[in-house]
Amino acid sequence: MTVKLVFLGKLGDLAGTDERSVEAPLDWQGLIDELQGPIGEAVQQDRTRIALNGALLADKTALNAVSGDEVALLPPVSGG
Amino acid sequence: MARDVRLLTEPFNPGSFVGPFSNAHPGLGGVCTFVGEVRSDDEVEALELIHYEKMTLAGMEQLADQAIARFDLMGLLVVHRSGVMRVGEPIVLVSAAARHRREAIEAVDFTMDHLKSDSWFWKREKRADGWHWIEPRERDHSDLARWA
Repeated sequence: MTVKLVFLGKLGDLAGTDERSVEAPLDWQGLIDELQGPIGEAVQQDRTRIALNGALLADKTALNAVSGDEVALLPPVSGG
Repeated sequence: MARDVRLLTEPFNPGSFVGPFSNAHPGLGGVCTFVGEVRSDDEVEALELIHYEKMTLAGMEQLADQAIARFDLMGLLVVHRSGVMRVGEPIVLVSAAARHRREAIEAVDFTMDHLKSDSWFWKREKRADGWHWIEPRERDHSDLARWA
């Protein structure tokens, strides 16, 4: 049973992939443990936001994803 | 009130949207239309917009609803591209129909400022040495503050 991580914008470059699956359940600490190096640092920056199943989290450290959930990692938007 | 919001992954012809949109609102006093295109730049070979399936279109629809709640409109059309685009290709189209011109003009201005700075799109440019992600601009945030 897994959680799908989606990396948007330049986070995809840092992660080396646009999507990957990780073990469920997944909380904030689990996410940090999972993402090492530059991608981990980028995700911890205040300006990187997180959405769970398309809904933006007001507090990303409250992340609590279960099997089948999709967690999107969103860098600042750069406009159309 | 007609609301038409679309996220397209292929090139589009703005005229083919604006004509039918105008015709669908008999009795209107004015239509204001803005079309944004990939600007010519000696160093930029292509532009790519990335969207997120679960949020981008839904966010555009919420924005359209905000514009409709704020301005006295008869109709609002919002079309936005995603994917790879070349110089001269349309990126975005916003068209508002209203009984009175100022409502239409301001609704388009409001919608464009929010699309540019507060929508779920990520942009990168292809130059001779490869792709470069574009960071948010301070100007986008000051544009948004106009509507606070």
